[in-house]
Amino acid sequence: MAGLARLRFTDDELDELTGQLAAVLGHAADVEALDIADLVARVHPMGLGDVTRPDEVRPSLDRDQVLAQAPVAESGRFRVPPVLGEAP
Amino acid sequence: MTALAVAEAVAAGERSARSVLEEHLDRIAGREPEIHAFNWVMAAEARAAAAEIDAAVARGEAPGPLAGVPVAVKDNLCTRDAPTTCSSRILEGWRPPYDATAVQRLRAAGAVIVGKTNLDEFAMGSSTEGSAFGPTRNPHDPSRVPGGSSGGSAAAVAAGFAPLALGSDTGGSVRQPAALCGVVGLKPTYGSVSRYGLVAFASSLDQIGPIAASVADAAALFRVISGPDPLDSTCFDPAALAAGNPTAEGQNGEDRPGVPEGVEGLRIGVLAELCGGLAGNGPGVEGVAADVAARTDEAVTALEAAGAAVEAVSVPSVRLGLSAYYLIAPAEASSNLARYDGVRYGLRVEGATAAEMNVNTRTAGFGAEVKRRIMLGTYVLSAGYYDAFYAKALRARALIRRELDEAYERFDLLVCPTAPTTAFELGAKTADLLSMYLNDVCTIPSNLAGHPAISVPFGAGDDGLPVGVQVMGPAGAEHPAGRSPLWRAAAALERAAAP
Repeated sequence: MAGLARLRFTDDELDELTGQLAAVLGHAADVEALDIADLVARVHPMGLGDVTRPDEVRPSLDRDQVLAQAPVAESGRFRVPPVLGEAP
Repeated sequence: MTALAVAEAVAAGERSARSVLEEHLDRIAGREPEIHAFNWVMAAEARAAAAEIDAAVARGEAPGPLAGVPVAVKDNLCTRDAPTTCSSRILEGWRPPYDATAVQRLRAAGAVIVGKTNLDEFAMGSSTEGSAFGPTRNPHDPSRVPGGSSGGSAAAVAAGFAPLALGSDTGGSVRQPAALCGVVGLKPTYGSVSRYGLVAFASSLDQIGPIAASVADAAALFRVISGPDPLDSTCFDPAALAAGNPTAEGQNGEDRPGVPEGVEGLRIGVLAELCGGLAGNGPGVEGVAADVAARTDEAVTALEAAGAAVEAVSVPSVRLGLSAYYLIAPAEASSNLARYDGVRYGLRVEGATAAEMNVNTRTAGFGAEVKRRIMLGTYVLSAGYYDAFYAKALRARALIRRELDEAYERFDLLVCPTAPTTAFELGAKTADLLSMYLNDVCTIPSNLAGHPAISVPFGAGDDGLPVGVQVMGPAGAEHPAGRSPLWRAAAALERAAAP
């Protein structure tokens, strides 16, 4: 789970976390026990429809301004460590 | 001085925006070291903005409905002239290249932004103790928390640092701190206020809301920030709601500032499950304190005395709200917070590979509660647990919405406490996760349903600290601002609570 979440924990932290998550999931037993097949899962409060706008060119953020907030930028791009050759 | 009185005086040239600002900056200088409501006080930027307002008034221009009114803005709303940190190390020092829509509308209305307020990291918490930059303290008693996550905003208004503040409310983060600090806080209908520039926590629940010292001021701020925005496709035009909302009247009529009319003839339901359990309606949710339940009873009596028809109503599924929320909100958060990868903004802790850099950055940059919720969300979205937890929680959400909508066929509004207790001591609930989460038990149902709800101060608990009473309504019930039944009930409570 920590790997999926791109986080690292010490063994002590994991012990504490496991107990805490178990408590929250234990409290959720009432929801887990629900038998309400007639209800459609509601992912969103208001119902979502497609929203479109005219396909017109509009100003966007200034590139230099955006890159000024990047931890490392180079030649007008975000610079990152190697991404190839890693395990997936 | 109320926000409306400030705006009127500044527009009329009776007060300068600069003198109003200096008065508030003096108050901040006096008490902020003790309260810590702000992550960033924007004195220079605010002075420049106030000078512009004064110049506009001198030129004879209309300076806007919030002319010269100091406003404190929660530090998860993007401001192009100040850092936006979400009280997290991972965004420390980040300066957004744009303003949130709500912030941009504040500026256009002549408001003067005085600073960015403290919050639980990424708005995940109910006490503001989860800030990476230290807790905010309750102006009524600095040994107590101000509530959260918009604790800085509520404390700023309660301490007189600004007459108005913006907060955000995902599970009660505007209303609960408003209740604990003795001020007014509104969670609008989902889609009433644009979320553009609000740093996302749980996107199907987040709403920006006003915090103010009075109901009329909260309405004035809501009027300015609400309305459709092409930059948030979930943001709606309230005029389009009118047909489907039986409580909306005169959607296109002119807004009338000031104290709204009364509650005669309104049908108000007392939400038994969230009121500590009323006789004949079975037990309530755990944790609603006797003094809070007593103030709520008195508020109900006051509404009845003012002419409302009051009756207890049972909405059994609200008992499931807390569980459903603490599955849905972390699930959405785990996805939203994936963007903090050390590449485009904020903190980076280097590593040999991009993946290692991601892990190093996130492990160093996020606090304990944020990590907990990311892990919880990752878990409930993973194969094998998705159906048991997340999908069930979405059905519980649908059930809560259905039962609340059914209640609103019989009632215009529902009433219950905002928070189960008054402000608690710093540190009292940090060791027990569930007792902290329980703070949101009364506010969560409105977020899950997408409905509006407002917290109004109503008396004090046995410890002398403020109690907030919550008025809930169906979708769109906060329109038109200041005039709909939701506002009229809030104003009636405010009048009844006045000493």
